[in-house]
Parts: sequence; C-alpha cells; structure tokens
Amino acid sequence: MAKHPSSRDHLLLCLLLYVPALQAQQGGGIHGNFSTDAQYYNVDSAIGAVVPDQRLAANSWANLIYTNGPFEAGARFENYTPALAGYPAGVAYSGGGIGYRYAKYKQDDLEVTVGNFFEQFGQGMIFRSYEERYLGVDNAMDGVRLKYRPMRGVYLKGVIGQQRLSFANQAVKGPGIVRGIDAELSLSELLDSNWTSANNLIIGAGFVSKFQEDRDPQLELPQNVGAWAFRLNYTTPRWNLYTEYAYKINDPNNKNGFIYKEGQGLLVNATYSVRGFGLSMGAHSFDNMFFQSDRSAATPFDLNINFLPPLAKQHTYNLPATLYPYATQPNGEVAAQGELFYKWKKGTALGGKYGTKLALNYSVAYALDTTRLGAADDTTARVGYRTAFFSPGKRRYFQDMNIEVRKKVSENWEFALTYLNIWYDIDIIQGKPGQPAVHADIFILEGLHNFTDRNSVRFEVQHLSTKQDHGNWATALAEFTFSPHWFVAAMDQFNYIGDAKLEAKGLEQLHYPIGSVGYIRNGNRFQVNYGRQRAGIFCVGGVCRQVPAANGLTLSVTSTF
Amino acid sequence: MFASSGADLPFPTYETMKTLLSSLIVLAFPVSMAAQIHLPSVTLRSLDGKTVDTKTWSNDGKPIIVNFWATWCAPCKRELSTIADQYDRWQAETGVKLIAVSIDDARSTARVAPYVNGQDWDYEVYLDPNGDLKRALNVNNVPHTFLLNGKGEVVYQHNNYEPGDEKELYQKVRELVGKK
Repeated sequence: MAKHPSSRDHLLLCLLLYVPALQAQQGGGIHGNFSTDAQYYNVDSAIGAVVPDQRLAANSWANLIYTNGPFEAGARFENYTPALAGYPAGVAYSGGGIGYRYAKYKQDDLEVTVGNFFEQFGQGMIFRSYEERYLGVDNAMDGVRLKYRPMRGVYLKGVIGQQRLSFANQAVKGPGIVRGIDAELSLSELLDSNWTSANNLIIGAGFVSKFQEDRDPQLELPQNVGAWAFRLNYTTPRWNLYTEYAYKINDPNNKNGFIYKEGQGLLVNATYSVRGFGLSMGAHSFDNMFFQSDRSAATPFDLNINFLPPLAKQHTYNLPATLYPYATQPNGEVAAQGELFYKWKKGTALGGKYGTKLALNYSVAYALDTTRLGAADDTTARVGYRTAFFSPGKRRYFQDMNIEVRKKVSENWEFALTYLNIWYDIDIIQGKPGQPAVHADIFILEGLHNFTDRNSVRFEVQHLSTKQDHGNWATALAEFTFSPHWFVAAMDQFNYIGDAKLEAKGLEQLHYPIGSVGYIRNGNRFQVNYGRQRAGIFCVGGVCRQVPAANGLTLSVTSTF
Repeated sequence: MFASSGADLPFPTYETMKTLLSSLIVLAFPVSMAAQIHLPSVTLRSLDGKTVDTKTWSNDGKPIIVNFWATWCAPCKRELSTIADQYDRWQAETGVKLIAVSIDDARSTARVAPYVNGQDWDYEVYLDPNGDLKRALNVNNVPHTFLLNGKGEVVYQHNNYEPGDEKELYQKVRELVGKK
C-alpha cells in the first residue's frame, strides 16, 4: 500500500473537493432530538406509591430528520423498557422500534407526505391528528397527505390513512380508515394582490369520514361515518372573531352507549386587544361528539379523530394545575369563558416604576339539557335523547373564577398574587362516582428575587382549602437558578386535611417532599428528581392524564441537534 | 481521472476503494451532521390572520431570535416579559428581531393575541397550533430559543429559561453583529 501514496493522496484530494460539493447541495443534513425519562420506584405504602415489577422504567425517544432541498424524510425511535407507570394515557406501549416515519416532498405549491403525519382542519372539531409526547397521546395518521395551493389565498388538503393506537416494538394501528378533505379561502390574500388590507376573512370547510367494518352480531352499525364542519374567521388589527360548526351523522359507539343519534358542535370566540389590554370571550356547545376511528376504543384517549378543546384556563401553579383541572365532556356540555389582561403602564399610579399586570378569568361548564327517549326495552331508546342545542342542563360540571396580579416592585424583586375559586364535579370529570363536588379556594404567592445578574431565587407558597376530596393542602417551593447552566429546587406539598369529617373517614396527613437538580447547556438539558410524587393529573394542551403516586428517583435528558 | 494519475495504478484497487469509502464515511457524515440548522419551510398563521411561510422570515441580514413559548408555560412568559423590558435597547443597539412562536393548541390559540397585547409585548408572534415548526426544528419542550444569523442559520440555541439567560442570549446577538 505504501507503494501508491501519490494515488491515494489524489483520491483524497478528489474526495475533499467532492465533499464540499455534497455539502453545498442546499443544506442537505441530518438534525434531530433525543429525550429520555427514567424512573426508579421505591416502596412507599403511606402514599400508595406504585411499585412496578420492574423497578426501573424508562421512556426514550429520538427523532431524526433528513432534509435536502425540497425533500425531507424523518423517523422516530421509541423505547419503553418498560413504560413509566401511568404512561401512556390510553392503550399500553411496550418494547422498542420505529414508531413514526415519513417522507415529504414540497415543490412550489404542492406538498406530498407519505407515511406518518400530523394534521388538523380548523380548530380540530372534526379532524386533528397530533402528539403530546409527555402525555402519551399520539394519534398520528399513517397514509398519504396532499396539500395544494392552486392560487394565492386558496388552501386545499386531503388525507387518508389509519391512526396510531399504541406501540409494541412498532406503531400499532387502529382498525378504522380515516379520510378527509379541507378547503380554506383567505379572502384578502385572494382578492388583494398586495395584501395591503389590515382585515381578513377566512372561510373554511372540511369533510371527514371513517370506515370500520360492522361485525356486531345484533346491531346494524354504520360502517361509514361522515362528519363535516364549516368555519369563519374575521380578523382586524384589534378584533379576532372565530366560529366553527361541526355535524356528525349517527355514530353508535361504546362512549355514547351505542345510540343512533347525530352529533354536533358549535364554538364561537371573540377577542379584542390593543397594547396593554386584551379581552377574550368564548362559548361552545358539544353534543355527542366522541369521534374515534374504533367505535369500541378501550379508552377516551385512543384513536380520536377530532379534538374538542376545553374552555378553561390551563393553570401553571402546581395545586390548581394537577388537582382539579377540567377536561371536555365530548358526550355533551355547554361552556363559556371570559378572560381579561391589563397592564398598568410604568409611571401611572397603579403601575409604579415598573408597571403592574392583571389577569382575570371566568370559566364555566354545564351538562347539556337532555330528555331521554323511550323505555330501556323500546327501540326508540336507541335514538338516545332529545336536546335543545346550546341549552345548559341543571348539572354544573365546572366553574373557575380567578384573578392574578403581578408586579415588579424593584430592580431585584417581583411578586405575583393569585386567587382561585373552583367548583369541580369530580364524579363526572375524574370518574369517581358518588363523590361530592369539590369547592376549593386557592391562594398563591410567588416571588422572584435576583441576587446578581445571573443568580436568582423563585419561591411559591400555595394554599388550597376544601371540605371535600382530600381536604386542605399547603405547598412551598424554592428554586435557585444559576444562569445559564444550573438550577436546584425543593418543594413540599403537605396534605394536612383540616376537616374532622374527612379525618374520620380515615384520611391521614401526608408530606410530599421532592428535590431536583438540573443542568442546561445550549440545546441539552439534564434533570434529576428525588422524592415523593403525589397522584394527580398531568395536562398539556387540552388533554390530561392521571399520574399515580410514586416515590423514587427520576432522570430526564433532552437534547436538540 | 484515475488513469491520468499514473501508469502504475490505472484503476482503483479494492484497498483504495476501501480507503475511499471509509474516507467518505468519516468525512461526509460529520460534514452533514455538523451542517447548520436552517429555518425549515413551514406555513404558520400570524396573529392578524395572515398565512406566512417561515422561509420568508428575514431581518435585512440582521440577527433573528426565534422563541418557542405557550400561554400555559410559566418560564416562557417570564423569559418573554424580561426581554420585553429590554427589547427597545436590543433593537437599537443590534437591530435584532424576536419572533415568538406560540405552540398553544386549539384550546388556547384564541388567548394568544389578548395575552400578548395584555403584556404590552412588541414581538412578531405566530401560531403553531399543531406543532409543525416545533417538530421541524426538533424542539422537545418549551421554552426553547434559537438565534439565527443574517443568513438564517442557527448559531446558538437554548432550552429552558432561568433569569439571566437573556444576558447570555444578548451577548451572542452582540457577537453576531460584531460588538463585544
């Protein structure tokens, strides 16, 4: 080999010339991310902690995306060895393999995707495939998607495929086939070639149909179930008005008791805002709108074709966020929400030197007013019930009134004070039959102090009082941060009950201490927690899953490259 | 090409092919792995109802900060509020522009505009309700911040937010425009 150094040098030279040429091809490259959550479970009978047979559990994911010019391909490796306790929200995941892969081509006004994809029509009332990885919700489509823009301001989409149900060394698909088309006209864009108008009207319409074979020995079930939706969105620099109506033909399924009744949904939303002031008002009514690509899906989290957003503020503080969050009742609800944001500017009487921020929110949800049809043995009973759309029934599911004031008082101190008043039908929302509705008052004080430019402490003191469920809670949290790399936090949640009747039922006072340390460097993040985790509800976006009580050590790593 | 390199080796041997292949793997792979992250082309909607392709984002050759956030994410809001107090100065000194991409889904997309205005923020804000741009940029969780140079290449990124992180971010912005 040493005999031909010159020729090899020549080769290498050619290569070196060639490689930059490769690289120059419109940024062809591989990027991705990685994340893992691992947990070791200790025995802790006092809090009823889960102790799986395999004491160490881990969920891991890695996404890789290759792009080159108009071409893109991607895959996700997933590993559950085994999955964390309480994960995912629906049917179990197990093993390792590729759970998601696709190829996409985008040229001019046409985009073609084959394999897995996520998509939504409008607000998703008839179609939304999406993922919330930390909840274990993933109803990715596996099939084909076309997106086409025939002219400025006209957007067309078509999808066909099957949905992901769960994971067992590979994605497990549901039995139904989902097909849909959607068209959207953006009028200012269509009619005004320079798009100078500050106002825009968007008109959209979609149709989705699912096919599932009828194998029921008794009932004659519709094998094709269609749903359509129509939407309008008018925007001006200050106003945003949105409405969407959806209709679904009769779709007997295990969530509605196999009734032959059509479903419908209407949502309206209006917002008005200018600098320093924002107002949002919304209302919706949903009737019989469970829409899953398996009519006998095991849980409400599996194979959802649509998405029905709850009209309730998603709280960020621990107690209100995880004890009593609201989730939409797809079988029927009427809900309304109003929210206001205001900022007193610097230099005003209430604004002081740094300004003061106010947030007010009111949300309420009621059952739909319905009248049952027919006796149990009567065929008309199969039609289910009669209802006046948008008319609330007597049963209130949920109400939340809250106010938050946030103020920076000096260069180094900031405070936020929050009060929440919650009314919560735990029987319906969390499926705990016979339990009385919870009425809770919550006070929260949050403070932030900067010691130096880069070192700070944030603390929270929270108190929840109620005479129902688990009684009173007090929480204290302190989080020290050392920008840009480190943080250390400690929290204790103390369930001190404070009610003789609840204590007489056998509830005991419990502390839930937990500590964490984290290290962040650019796109990488490492975090270790040790302690007790209270059973609770973990929500992202509009969906929540129950997390069991646990005691142990968790390690989380995320990375983006 | 090979023939002209010398009569003693008219064709590449197996050994040279192996060298070539291993060189390709060693060279080509790190090259493509290390390739700059560019802004992908994803269609998003602005708060005033306009449909915008992310590849058209520009700031006349000056840096752009792309920040992923949500109305339900407390550290995200802390970060954007902290930067908002200094944003005038950042823009005057470096010409930097901050684009805030909200990953709020249908539950809270309607809250984004009133929230942003209620906070008195002066950012360009886009909605990514089904996480299309979030996925394309491989974001795991929010907040996640990317700093783009004038060519639209990612030169710095940061996950999470701690008070003070904005200083590191702004230092990187200053370096980009040639200020120390």
